[in-house]
Amino acid sequence: MDKKLEPIVKEVQVKFGATFEEFRDEVHLFVKPEQIVEALTLLRDEQNFELLSALTAVDYYPQSTPRFHVIYQLTSIAKNLSVQLRVPVNGDSPKVPTVTRVFGSANWRERELFDMFGIEVEGHPDPRRILMPDDSEGHPLRKDYPLGYEEPQFTFNFDEINLRKPYAKE
Amino acid sequence: MGVEQKLGNMGVVTTTLESVVNWSRTNAMWPMLFGLACCAIEMMSAQAAHYDMSRFGMELMRASPRQSDLMIVAGRVSKKMGPVLRRLYDQMPEPKWVIAMGDCASCGGVFNNYAIYQGVDEVVPVDVFVAGCPPRPEALIHGVLTIYEKVKGEKFSDLAKG
Repeated sequence: MDKKLEPIVKEVQVKFGATFEEFRDEVHLFVKPEQIVEALTLLRDEQNFELLSALTAVDYYPQSTPRFHVIYQLTSIAKNLSVQLRVPVNGDSPKVPTVTRVFGSANWRERELFDMFGIEVEGHPDPRRILMPDDSEGHPLRKDYPLGYEEPQFTFNFDEINLRKPYAKE
Repeated sequence: MGVEQKLGNMGVVTTTLESVVNWSRTNAMWPMLFGLACCAIEMMSAQAAHYDMSRFGMELMRASPRQSDLMIVAGRVSKKMGPVLRRLYDQMPEPKWVIAMGDCASCGGVFNNYAIYQGVDEVVPVDVFVAGCPPRPEALIHGVLTIYEKVKGEKFSDLAKG
């Protein structure tokens, strides 16, 4: 990893007991959900990681538990460094504290997190769905959500699908 | 010397009311701009100078649904856009027709997922489907001419029922 990143990683490891992994110049630090707000505040204020580049999640069902890893990618424009914090979250009732007070751009990204994965964000000022319509059920980017929407219509199953399709009334 | 020989000199044409009404509807059918995605580019180029749709009566595209007869749904319609599309369709005054342009509006196209309507006829009733990804401007013009033939075959008794 980058020489300038090493003392920063050591500091996070010491303060929060975080483990880290490295993959092709990317540094992943694993922290617990309760520590994430403090860790982000520390990195933003003291180490100049001003930009929250990405806030997403990965679903590792059914290969490994905990099922979700919430990913916070921080970039420092001044120092030209980037670091990634991962928060492993369980699948049965996934909750993560909100980081909107630390980074303002996390507002919509946490809404997308809830909409696509079902990970509830505690303390969010506006917890509603952002991409899917408000009355839809299910969370599309989970691995157990069905991949396609409709069976392809071939000649042999055309009639049965035709009867089921919700055509518009006038 | 029947009536027919005299009529031409007097400048009188006889026809049925239905055919006059249908003729006037086809010769000045104004589409509503509903270009959502890539098919909109082909719709724009069909309206432009090279493949002119104004020759067929579509002089201009109205952005307001209140002033248009034909809705060309060009592009994929997502689940969030569906109610908007339905509302604009309801705001168009009768008589109105819908062309579903392209594969995504006809059947969902390449997108078979949670976010896209599989065919826009789940939202609005469609008269003519134009296939292609995107359909060439000539294909869209062919779809427009098909709508014209459909309109010319309409009878008042059908419209009075609905």
